[in-house]
Amino acid sequence: MMILSGDPPRSRILTLVLVVIILALAATPFLFPGAKALNVAAKICVFAALVASYDLLLGYTGSVSFAHTMFYGIGSYAIAIALYGMGPNWAAVATGIVVGLPLAALLALAIGLFSLRVAAIFFAMITLAVASAFQVLASQLSWLTGGEDGRSFQLPELLRPGTVLIPKSLFGFEINGRILTFYLVFAVSALMILALLRVVNSPFGRVLQAIRENRFRAEALGFRTVFHLTYANCLAALVAASAGMLNALWLRYAGPDTSLSFSIMLDILLMVVIGGMGTIYGALIGATIFILAQNYLQSLMGVASNAAGEAGLPLLPGLLHPDRWLLWLGLLFIASVYFFPTGVVGRLRKASGDKSAGSSH
Amino acid sequence: MSDIAATDPLPKPKRDLAPILLPVALAVLMIPLIGSTSSWLTLTVASLAMGMMIFIMASGLTLVFGLMDVLNFGHGAFIAVGAYVATLVLAPFAASIQADSLWMNLAVLAPAALLSMAVSGALGLVVERVLILPVYGQHLKQILMTTGGLIVAEQTLYALWGPQIIPMPLPTSLRGSFILGDVAIAKYRVLAMLIGLAIFIAIQLVLNRSKVGLLIRAGVENREMVEALGYRIRRLFLGVFMTGSALAGLGGVMWALYREQVHASMSDDLTVLIFIVVIIGGLGSIGGCFIGAILVAMVANYGGFLVPKLALVSNILLMVAILMWRPRGLYAVTSR
Repeated sequence: MMILSGDPPRSRILTLVLVVIILALAATPFLFPGAKALNVAAKICVFAALVASYDLLLGYTGSVSFAHTMFYGIGSYAIAIALYGMGPNWAAVATGIVVGLPLAALLALAIGLFSLRVAAIFFAMITLAVASAFQVLASQLSWLTGGEDGRSFQLPELLRPGTVLIPKSLFGFEINGRILTFYLVFAVSALMILALLRVVNSPFGRVLQAIRENRFRAEALGFRTVFHLTYANCLAALVAASAGMLNALWLRYAGPDTSLSFSIMLDILLMVVIGGMGTIYGALIGATIFILAQNYLQSLMGVASNAAGEAGLPLLPGLLHPDRWLLWLGLLFIASVYFFPTGVVGRLRKASGDKSAGSSH
Repeated sequence: MSDIAATDPLPKPKRDLAPILLPVALAVLMIPLIGSTSSWLTLTVASLAMGMMIFIMASGLTLVFGLMDVLNFGHGAFIAVGAYVATLVLAPFAASIQADSLWMNLAVLAPAALLSMAVSGALGLVVERVLILPVYGQHLKQILMTTGGLIVAEQTLYALWGPQIIPMPLPTSLRGSFILGDVAIAKYRVLAMLIGLAIFIAIQLVLNRSKVGLLIRAGVENREMVEALGYRIRRLFLGVFMTGSALAGLGGVMWALYREQVHASMSDDLTVLIFIVVIIGGLGSIGGCFIGAILVAMVANYGGFLVPKLALVSNILLMVAILMWRPRGLYAVTSR
């Protein structure tokens, strides 16, 4: 209980699902051999942390930010540029962290202070504008960021796939640098999610929820709402930047498509809503469902599209084309905002008779 | 007792001229910086034309928000849909587009624009009923729903037309420029300016001279009071929403002709621009939206000419500057 900050899943099925997901992720290198499975698992870990940090904003404070990928991108690029410029050593990793995290926090502070000065309603629009300007900036400053191509880099010796830590002869599995990197991603993501769980269940987190429900009343109770909201913004930005760093370390690459594009922002929104806003656990569920679908459902759509094409049906091949999978996710997104605003977690909690299930907005 | 007699006319509302002077001052300030008068004139006309197109697209959004407090993040979809629908008419009649006769060109362009407006307006009806009505009054869900709608609309356009960029050539008679001395003014920009001005005047006339306009203005100021007086504000809102969508469609056609290409992602870039305009202008204010659109276009054009690198963030800087001056936009009309 301590480790979950007194906020257990509160549903037997949910507990079971979470345990299965976490065990499967932890055992991926041994259960599912192959590069693709490991990639999917690492991506789920990174996105679970990223989405959880977004949930702190969307689910707990009720403010819609479109700048979350910006912080994710800052983290990715900080690591990538440092390792690209300084060569594959630990000092470069440390530099990336020391430069990236404060940068993300400062930018979040600036956006927070500025947009909280104007009407609250502007927040979503302002973050959208800032994020799109940042995206253009990143692709234009090609001497620094590599432009559209991004930056590929080498990892420090210890984390390279070629580094064999425990040879196959010992346990029947080869533990190499790649697997070590995976566990690094797994452990840091897990720590960040647990930390976020701690934050939302602290008195600070309660104030955030009070602000979400009724900002005026929270203010009348004597809480400095501007301080709380800005603080939550900075925290979320820090976690997002860290997730970006993990992503860059895993991919050995940072570029606009993998860390900055608007479509990642939409992915995050979809994951939060499908998993369940205001629950933190929803982040893990949403990320798992979404990324599994992204990686395995798409090929299924290709098959269906080809079948429809051969059957000579009009329109369907186009609609079922693997590139159009966002269309179906968009429909799912609208349906889930409308019918299941509390997402998978809220549904499961409700099914097990938990009265305080989900959030009531 | 006040000393105003019943026969005295009502006191005139205070005119707030500072925002109107802003673009004028900006333009005048730029004359010495740019140096040559002819480039300054060309740039100014370009900004006015671009500003008018942005205004056409943004006007619906600001009214929709002002009237019903609805945040529509999917407004960009209407722009893209309008542009794509226009290709349906323009592609089969490519011959008359290439003909060197203004009337032949307009005979194809006008129906294309009208069809775009009709389709975008009809789509607006569907969006309002399906996406916005169920989450009426909940900002968070409105943003999520309309963002979802934007994804679906964009992906449907890709599915129907394919992901490639569709060329949309300007009609022959609108190509080229008027040459006045050593100043070249593109013909299409003049047309865009005229259409934009006409729409601005039409909106102002409807808002200020008709009963519907009176109700809309009253609704923007205090929705509940209008409802209490027995007017069906939901129906009024639907009308405003559809008109706004249709105007966005028209703006989409004009923008596509301006860029001479159509792509579903055009809605993304324009959405950001439109949001900045609406924020600068003050949510719900048509006049503010008009000035905001011109300001954004001016900053983009002058900035792009003087300091090309700055053009990337110039809109953000403009927004920050304006909001520092007036935190609720140039004209704050809503009480929210």
